[in-house]
Amino acid sequence: MGKERNEKVYTNPVRCKGCGYCIHACPKEAIRVSDHVNAKGYNTIIVDEDKCTVCGTCYRVCPDYVFEIR
Amino acid sequence: MAKVLLKGNEALAEAALAAGCRFYSGYPITPQTEILEYLSWRMEEVGGEFIQAESELAGINMVLGAAAAGARALTTSSGPGFSLKQEGISYLVAADLPAVIVDVMRIGTGLGDIAQGQGDYWQLTRGGGHGDYHTLVLAPASVQENADMMAEAFDLAEKYRHPVLIASDAAIGQMIEAVEIPEFKEHDINKFDWTIKGCKKGTEQRKIQNVYYTHPDYEGYLTEKYRQMEQEQRYETVQVEDAELVLVAYGISSRVCRETVEIAREEGLKLGLIRPITLWPFPVKAFEEAKAARAFLTVEMNILGQMMDDVKLAVGSGYPVDHYGSIFEIPESDGIIAKAKEMLKKEGK
Amino acid sequence: MRLVAPETVTFTQSGFCPGCGHGLAVRLIAEVMEEMELSEKLLAIVDVACGSLNIDSWRFDTIMAAHGRPIATAVGVKKVRPENPVMAYIGDGAAYSIGMAETMHTAIRNDNVVAIVINNSLYGMTGGQCAPTSLPGQITTSTPKGKDPKKAGMPFRVDQAFTGLDIAYLARGSMADAKGMMQSKKYIKKAFEKHMRGEGFCLVELLSPCPTNLNMTPVKSVERIKNEMIPFFPLGEFKDKKEEE
Repeated sequence: MGKERNEKVYTNPVRCKGCGYCIHACPKEAIRVSDHVNAKGYNTIIVDEDKCTVCGTCYRVCPDYVFEIR
Repeated sequence: MAKVLLKGNEALAEAALAAGCRFYSGYPITPQTEILEYLSWRMEEVGGEFIQAESELAGINMVLGAAAAGARALTTSSGPGFSLKQEGISYLVAADLPAVIVDVMRIGTGLGDIAQGQGDYWQLTRGGGHGDYHTLVLAPASVQENADMMAEAFDLAEKYRHPVLIASDAAIGQMIEAVEIPEFKEHDINKFDWTIKGCKKGTEQRKIQNVYYTHPDYEGYLTEKYRQMEQEQRYETVQVEDAELVLVAYGISSRVCRETVEIAREEGLKLGLIRPITLWPFPVKAFEEAKAARAFLTVEMNILGQMMDDVKLAVGSGYPVDHYGSIFEIPESDGIIAKAKEMLKKEGK
Repeated sequence: MRLVAPETVTFTQSGFCPGCGHGLAVRLIAEVMEEMELSEKLLAIVDVACGSLNIDSWRFDTIMAAHGRPIATAVGVKKVRPENPVMAYIGDGAAYSIGMAETMHTAIRNDNVVAIVINNSLYGMTGGQCAPTSLPGQITTSTPKGKDPKKAGMPFRVDQAFTGLDIAYLARGSMADAKGMMQSKKYIKKAFEKHMRGEGFCLVELLSPCPTNLNMTPVKSVERIKNEMIPFFPLGEFKDKKEEE
């Protein structure tokens, strides 16, 4: 799947609870834990846009609506 | 509408439909089963929904759903089955939902027996289920009242957004009398905004849940709600003003007591009768009329005299309060008069 | 490919634990409602405990019903509002233990309601006790030495118990990975399509992670679904009345 479109992954770290599902599920290993701690006290995630193919897996496995693809 | 001969249970069922009830779910139990049987065919004729539920638990929780969706919803049971309804009644109260629940009382604890009884007074008037609540309780004493109280019960339920109970019993449920069914009224399921109907975009979502979760002043709100409901006292008095001893009886027992007062007065014994029509709120106002009374006697079809608690609270500590109970049988005037004489003798007459 | 959670999801960041499956199920339901243009019509009935928090997690008109009774409550709602989609959202303890009679008899009558059953193999909010769906040997707070099937029975399988009944639809999906989520969404959508056609009772069970009460990391809890739960709870469609006819 190429990145022929303009869509990209947006994250909303405020909602993250650090479960790690996205990191575990990402087929491109493009997501990792960041140093940023959100208001709830969880280490949030960041997406490496160079590795990301905008496949939507992170959106689908996230229970807390952190990801948006648009 | 012309008078027709109907069983008490059937009159109640037909009157519920007349009051706009279009949802019923119940489970068979004697002596209320005629309500279920009657509605099994009659509900369809008026375009309503009838479900014979798998249990009283399912029945009352279906009623909860129907009430939340806006219907005038009814379920009926008796003794053991009424106990099972308590879970749902508590949830109806918690979520501010109107519904009418009928207990056609039978006798005894546990399985007891199918004969008429008035043994569910405590369960009806003390809340019955878990938590901190009361429900309005109406007690009919005739087939006609069975019919007349249905519309009133639904109106009160909607007025307070609270379940209303009907304390009927096997005698009233099974007896056949001439009755005039009130005129049919239509009920609109969209009458109230709070009923669930689908949340339009940009509008506030409707949440039917324990008011505790949503009300900013839960305690104050409920205190005020119960204070208002306590004003709904309904009662009848018969020659109470000059009575030396006042009988207190509801439902079928009150009919006997009405006759007992007449018989006693022919003998020169000044009896009177207070007949609570609402069991909760208990009609304490009625006792203000009992100016000459020296003693009070409840007449109930149970062993422990459950209503004595409320009479004692109403009259205070200065008066003897006793109980004439009858088990399996409707109380008889002779016995009541003998007991009244005995009480007055003790009081020094 | 635009993937944005529907507006009917409220993002309350409510009390769900990290890795909890309820957030996933809420999104699937909300997406199906959006795609079917039913968002403004759905009437939802939730059970008590963790799933009850959904009343604040979505913007559907919702009843929070008594434990084990949402399916019965849903039947009452549907009879009064037959035009609306009506869904009961409950856990496995509600559906298969305390509310088994309600689940079973709604199925027997083939009442036209949708039941979404979240199967996490334990009682969540009360602290992880043994459920009818707990696996043999599963350590819970009420089976500290592991669930003994000789005492507590084998995990209850709705696909074995309900396929003989005249219901419209029965399926089981997993929420353990993206593939499972997409499959689960198809099942939910199919259930609502059949529901809107008035075909009858539709039950979709979703295998769901509960890392907190399994004493696992969230990632291990989804791996457990794949490695330990699915062997007991096969995925797929088990009853699809129309196709059979």
